[in-house]
Amino acid sequence: MKICCLVKEVPDAAVQKRIDPATKRLDRSGEKNLNPFDTHGIEAAMQIREGDAVQVDEIIAVTMGPESAVRALHKAVALGADRSVHLTDAALEGCDVCATGYALAKVLEPEQPDLVLLGQQSDDGECYTIGAVVADHLKMPSLTQVIKIEVEDGKLVCERQAEYGYDTVEVDLPAVISVGDAINEPRYPSLKAIMGAKKKPLDTKATGEVGIEADQVGESGSKTQVLEINPPPTKEAGEVFEDEDTNETVSRIVAWMDERKLL
Amino acid sequence: MNFELSDEQRLLRATVREFARAEVAPVAEELDRTKAFPYELVAKMGKLGLMGIPFGEEYGGGGADTLAYALCVEELARVDSSVCITLAAHTSLGTMPIHLWGTNEQKAEWLPALCAGERLAAFGLTEPEAGSDAGATRTRARLDGGEWVIDGAKQFITNSGTEISGCVTITAVTGEDDGGVPTAARRGPASQGRREISNIIVPNGTPGYEPGEPYRKMGWNASDTRPLSFDGCRVPESNLLGRRGEGFKNFLHILDGGRIGVAAMGVGLAQGALDEAISYAKERRAFGQPISKFQAIQAKIADISAQIEAARLLTYRAALEKDRGESFTLTAAQAKLVTGRLAVRATEEAVQIHGGYGYIEEYPVCRFYRDAKILTIGEGTDEVQQMVIARQLGC
Repeated sequence: MKICCLVKEVPDAAVQKRIDPATKRLDRSGEKNLNPFDTHGIEAAMQIREGDAVQVDEIIAVTMGPESAVRALHKAVALGADRSVHLTDAALEGCDVCATGYALAKVLEPEQPDLVLLGQQSDDGECYTIGAVVADHLKMPSLTQVIKIEVEDGKLVCERQAEYGYDTVEVDLPAVISVGDAINEPRYPSLKAIMGAKKKPLDTKATGEVGIEADQVGESGSKTQVLEINPPPTKEAGEVFEDEDTNETVSRIVAWMDERKLL
Repeated sequence: MNFELSDEQRLLRATVREFARAEVAPVAEELDRTKAFPYELVAKMGKLGLMGIPFGEEYGGGGADTLAYALCVEELARVDSSVCITLAAHTSLGTMPIHLWGTNEQKAEWLPALCAGERLAAFGLTEPEAGSDAGATRTRARLDGGEWVIDGAKQFITNSGTEISGCVTITAVTGEDDGGVPTAARRGPASQGRREISNIIVPNGTPGYEPGEPYRKMGWNASDTRPLSFDGCRVPESNLLGRRGEGFKNFLHILDGGRIGVAAMGVGLAQGALDEAISYAKERRAFGQPISKFQAIQAKIADISAQIEAARLLTYRAALEKDRGESFTLTAAQAKLVTGRLAVRATEEAVQIHGGYGYIEEYPVCRFYRDAKILTIGEGTDEVQQMVIARQLGC
């Protein structure tokens, strides 16, 4: 089995996030890190490899991003991927989710993976959708918010978090699976793995090398357009019920909620 | 000047930062309160390769540089000094002499288990009457039938009496000729005369070698610190580490390097105190606003933050000088002096910002305050650093 793990470089969790008003995009300056949700995807791949259900021949970390994104790949290989692929090109700047999904699918195509794993969301954009877009382009089934994966007879049996409870879904391979953070506890990269990360093969690809059509990517190739960015409306001040007689307080709270059709 | 860390250093720092927050922080208060040695954390750090950061990969070490080591120490001290000193004393004091002067047989015997964190190494220099005047060592070792027979006592020895302590490398007087090594610290009356001092590896469990009861300390409560006694303790002649007579010179070299680690501890502890102080100041409200909005609090935070950055750069510079093979004695002593004092001041200010809560053990700054003081004493007091610095400046 060949597993490709999609990873993304995102601003570090400790960095205060802000939108650049000029570009209407997230300001990605400052300390960066591998998207923590994607580390669950890599861990899932490692656990499939370490299990005895199927032989995993290769785990490949794949990213699209600027030059600095190579650090996210270093972390991915330190966490266990065997090699990495970095799609980087000035033409890709400003890609929305659709264009990014298309570009990533084009990098994945020649790899012919049996399984594509990724975190269910990125820690910056938080769109939750990239896996589905990639799957659509690759014509593979897609599952999201998966918290358990079992390999059985060339198929996967996955448990996914649904709004009420869990769905158990059988899916044929190849497939694109985005995993939730409840699926596993990612390991820490060991010092040895960190020191050896740069020795693992890294392929750097430009758009032309993987057949990406220029008019399908970048800001102009994106299907969404950001018109305006506004902060969320400020919350109205709440109402405080002083608890003098608890029975009466409960009745007042119930009446308040009932009035707003919250019950 | 290049202030950029390498990719490996950044990833290592991020990893240890995450490890410290996720694995160490949740148990730090309990370990301190119960004075319990952090066996589980040492095992986890061993698995990650953190117990052998600068040592050769052929022995299971990480093959990383001094700066990478300092970054790890800093991140651990930011959260817990006991766990940090366990790693730092094991690495730069306990294992380093075997790495630097061990024969191939000694390295093969000790380094794999030490680098894996399965065994801990200790460094036995200080004695009841030989602290800053370390050359006044009274512990003696004499050869008898192909064995060293050791008699004497050591004190304040970290990592010496845990269930996984493997060995202590000691200084002992092995003869009357010291090889003609005049040193700053040996000018005291007790250390006068020409005495030959050598290093000997003493495995735990050797008859005649007894680690005593752990000390009741002000801080570093979860680390293991004990007095040691040697009473007719016999080890093979081949346990001599390095050349006979070079033990004192070699241990001074070890202390030089160890200062970089202790300086990184000071930076980390000060940063940890600042982290806690800022977080508390933004939450705690008084007179209708967070106390972080008051100028008096802001001044404390600003001062400490500026001093931390300066101390951090000095510490990294000492590490870089060592990594480049340059003389780092002066910078390491300066860094140790500055960071120890800074840690004491920063933790005190952090307690002050916390007000009454800072005096309560549930808040980490209370522990940080107790943990800080030793940084102006251990691995060379401030006064010894001043002496080293002044001598380096030609005084």
